[in-house]
Amino acid sequence: MVVALPETEEQVQRVLQTCTAMGVPVVPRGAGTGLSGGALPPGNGVLLSMAKFMRIVRVDSRARIAVVQPGVRNAAISEAAAPYGLYYAPDPSSQIACTIGGNVAENSGGVHCLKYGLTVHNVVRVRGFTMSGEAIELGSEAPDAPGYDLLALAIGSEGMLIVVTEVAVKLLPKPQCARVIMASFDDVGKAGQAVADVIAAGIIPAGLEMMDQPATRAVEQFVGAGYDLQAAAILLCESDGTPEEVEDEIARMQAVLERSGAARMTVSRDEAERLRFWSGRKAAFPAVGRISPDYYCMDGTIPRKRLGEILQFIAQMEAKYGLRCPNVFHAGDGNLHPLILFDANDADELRRTELFAAEVLEKCIEVGGTITGEHGVGVEKINQMCVQFRPDELEMFQAVKAAFDPARLLNPGKAVPTLARCAEYGRMHVRGGKLPHAELPRF
Amino acid sequence: MSLQTLQERIRDAAGRGAALRLRGGGTKDFYGNTPRGEVLDTRVFSGIVSYEPTELVVTARCGTLLSELDATLAERGQFLPFEPPHFGAGATFGGCIAAGLSGPRRASAGALRDYMLGARLIDGRGHVLGFGGQVMKNVAGYDVSRLLAGSLGTLGLIAEASLKVLPRPPSELTLRFEMPEERAIEALNRWAGQPLPISASAWHDGELHVRLSGAAPAVRAAVDKMGGERTGDEAFWTAIREHTAPFFGGPEPLWRIAVPPPTARLCLAGNQLIEWGGGLRWLTSDASPHTVREAALRAKGHATLFRAAAKPAAAFAPLDPVLMRLHRELKAAFDPAGIFNPGRLYAEM
Repeated sequence: MVVALPETEEQVQRVLQTCTAMGVPVVPRGAGTGLSGGALPPGNGVLLSMAKFMRIVRVDSRARIAVVQPGVRNAAISEAAAPYGLYYAPDPSSQIACTIGGNVAENSGGVHCLKYGLTVHNVVRVRGFTMSGEAIELGSEAPDAPGYDLLALAIGSEGMLIVVTEVAVKLLPKPQCARVIMASFDDVGKAGQAVADVIAAGIIPAGLEMMDQPATRAVEQFVGAGYDLQAAAILLCESDGTPEEVEDEIARMQAVLERSGAARMTVSRDEAERLRFWSGRKAAFPAVGRISPDYYCMDGTIPRKRLGEILQFIAQMEAKYGLRCPNVFHAGDGNLHPLILFDANDADELRRTELFAAEVLEKCIEVGGTITGEHGVGVEKINQMCVQFRPDELEMFQAVKAAFDPARLLNPGKAVPTLARCAEYGRMHVRGGKLPHAELPRF
Repeated sequence: MSLQTLQERIRDAAGRGAALRLRGGGTKDFYGNTPRGEVLDTRVFSGIVSYEPTELVVTARCGTLLSELDATLAERGQFLPFEPPHFGAGATFGGCIAAGLSGPRRASAGALRDYMLGARLIDGRGHVLGFGGQVMKNVAGYDVSRLLAGSLGTLGLIAEASLKVLPRPPSELTLRFEMPEERAIEALNRWAGQPLPISASAWHDGELHVRLSGAAPAVRAAVDKMGGERTGDEAFWTAIREHTAPFFGGPEPLWRIAVPPPTARLCLAGNQLIEWGGGLRWLTSDASPHTVREAALRAKGHATLFRAAAKPAAAFAPLDPVLMRLHRELKAAFDPAGIFNPGRLYAEM
């Protein structure tokens, strides 16, 4: 393996041209904070590190646009925009470290995307190169661009269609104020219903997150966020906007949560308390990392109304595999992050963890959801792609890939399985006596 | 008619290499290049498949009337936030997605593509393919459903789609200002950088209309801050959205020019109406297509020949060779026999 550290677009282009000519695979990589192995280095190719592309090209306060290089950290964009009263909305928990290039590759979300959208809703233009080194620009700083929406295709493509060298993002005016309600529930199902009730009341909170008791207990030891540790689950429900708007919305949300059976509610009194409530949620993964040698984070999304069913299923899996699993949940979006606790030094625990995760992901598909809401497929969930999609659909993904990269040299083996791989997985994994992809020849 | 019948029609046309003109209510026949081929009426596959107000998702078949969908959402206090134009009573859901057009709320709420969650497509082989789904966040596989928004039916028949919906804002009102064009562009961009609940804007002939939407206290606070004169009602914005306002009635070709919102006044002969905080400039003009497209390009935007008695040029701005190659290859992947709406988007495909 070779690592290339280009500093200029010309160098990126030369690396790609050279690799294309030699038939060598290339894997682009940002900060490496991804959770699905999407930037896992190739065994026999070039790792294209974008770490030196860390310049903020311009912040245009009038057009509310920031143009940045892909190695710029997510949080650094909002820091650069702050003097103008603007910010970049998507805020994945890793935002202090993850780069915008990686966010584009994964279509990253965050805790505020129910109201403000994902990366795909907040990036307006990217510039870069195809694998063969052709310069390409997708999207526009105008409201749209002619032709197909190739920008939508490139965002979330897990670095498999193009290499991005410049990203233009939308900046939003920073809300004048924000307050968050911490609501306690004595039952996880009630908390799930409360989420639906808030939305049914016509409210779109700026953030709507749920954590169950094992998660709040792990977090409290770590950051002391002030969570109610007696509650079976807590909801964090945020409102932002003008002071008048926030006051009005907080009152309406409190009324709904009360009717939905909240046992206790605390509203953040000031910005410090608001940030403290969020600090626990944002530190959930590292906090869980302290109570277990290893943890495995899942990322399924489900229709919100199936939440109770899924949590019950996860509890059954905990018993079945003898492993604990705290739950952190972007409740407003239906995006689950169950964290299976295990010890990687114990080969059997690792094996049980992987089976546990596979069952949960397939349950997400069964209830009408998806195997990944925001972390990507990468190498990690590639087998479950065979369950979520049919061969015709996977072939279409392969054809889309071939349109951009006919030699399949850019980040090969990630995100989209070959049908041969699905047939292999199906052979290992017969569900309900039915052999998946039975129409395919076995190898 | 069932999905199978549509699949059979498509397989048959593919076998003969016969062009198919995918068509719903025909309300957007004027949009894009001249349609050709045997009409395949998508209205035969219609109906709302599921609507869950608390999930903020609606799934409907292509032939569903857009007006029926609007009414169903309105019963539960929800709506399609991108306010798609209907351009006629017969507008269908499938046509709305294929055209990919958004209305006055675009600058604040986002475009149609921002609300696409999933779709079922019949491709050029007659296969039914599903992409995306009915959940808010989904990054499994390439985002093909969003690619279909605005594809003008050239990739396949969009049989069914799921869109995110939102609650209607509880309070809405319109302000009117007298302002010359340059000052209006400046004011709109200044306001857009502040946390104001602006949900639509339209400038024409020295008058700027701005709509505010949101919680009542936020709307009241914005009125105090912005000034202007309370005026008009929803009908004003419907006339802008549906192109029934007098501005759109002239005999000259109508151009849709998308530019970065702070772009200064475009110096082109004819009349202009500005929407989307400055990002959308409608132009009625006999200026040569070359002149209009050059002006758009200089502003880092693009110009669409939106509506004309006889279009004197291609409807959409030309693509650079790399993008055109990608368009052709994607088209070939979805529609190998080249039967779906050939030439409607670009003559080359």
